Amino acid sequence: MAMDEKDLRVFIRGVGNYFEKVFGEKALVDPPFMHGQESVIQDYTGVIGISGRQRGAIYFTASRAMVREMLQELGESPDDSEGAGDMVGEVANTLSGNARREFGGEFLISVPMVIHGKVEAITFPKNTNSFIIPFIWRHHRAYLIVCLGDPEIGK
Amino acid sequence: MAKLLIVDDSMIVRRTILRQLETDGVTDILEAANGRQALDLFERHLPDLVTMDITMPEVDGLECVSNMVRIAPDVRILVISALADEETAIEAVERGANGYVCKPFTAVELNAAFEELRGGL
Repeated sequence: MAMDEKDLRVFIRGVGNYFEKVFGEKALVDPPFMHGQESVIQDYTGVIGISGRQRGAIYFTASRAMVREMLQELGESPDDSEGAGDMVGEVANTLSGNARREFGGEFLISVPMVIHGKVEAITFPKNTNSFIIPFIWRHHRAYLIVCLGDPEIGK
Repeated sequence: MAKLLIVDDSMIVRRTILRQLETDGVTDILEAANGRQALDLFERHLPDLVTMDITMPEVDGLECVSNMVRIAPDVRILVISALADEETAIEAVERGANGYVCKPFTAVELNAAFEELRGGL
């Protein structure tokens, strides 16, 4: 099942809801675009693998400054590198898990994996549509990258 | 007086739950970062109250709920998970959970659900 605009809206709503509920301030979402050659990977990236109804991965990637502010807001030490990884993993996990409200229980999510550092390139899952949802929270720009494709294609 | 076990693979979520919960009357608070650790702590300490994540390494939260209820049928379990589909919430309750809170949550939502959980003690 290829991803369409309706699917993308699920994640856009999820981003707004997450930041409003956890930090009391909505994130402002910019228009999504299809992933091309450009790298939007920031200092910390949380990754969730998707299987079942669709196949692919969901990435939440944010700058060190943004993750520090998120940690501080939650009463955590902003300099805790383990906490920073935990934070981006939990955001990716929550946004992916919340998508099951619309997609149902066949949208299976993995436990989070964390990438530290601005890696040059991440190879996104093959045969998926990769959309980038940019958003701004308290002047920090971050991205949710949604790569989803048909579970039968590219096995 | 009650014992509480908080289970979540995210340290930040465990600490957030700890900070936000109004735990008057809770004498001991234990923490587990995965399902296996949770079951181990549960068997050794037999807590009265449990908050339980679902998507975790080792053993998932739904399996933990079934096991805990088998070991101690009177345990009160509040599932706190990002999985927002109705069928997962129903399955959790069918396995013996007493409540379900969807992440992200506010302190008000968390405490309302926790109060209801404690009411059953």
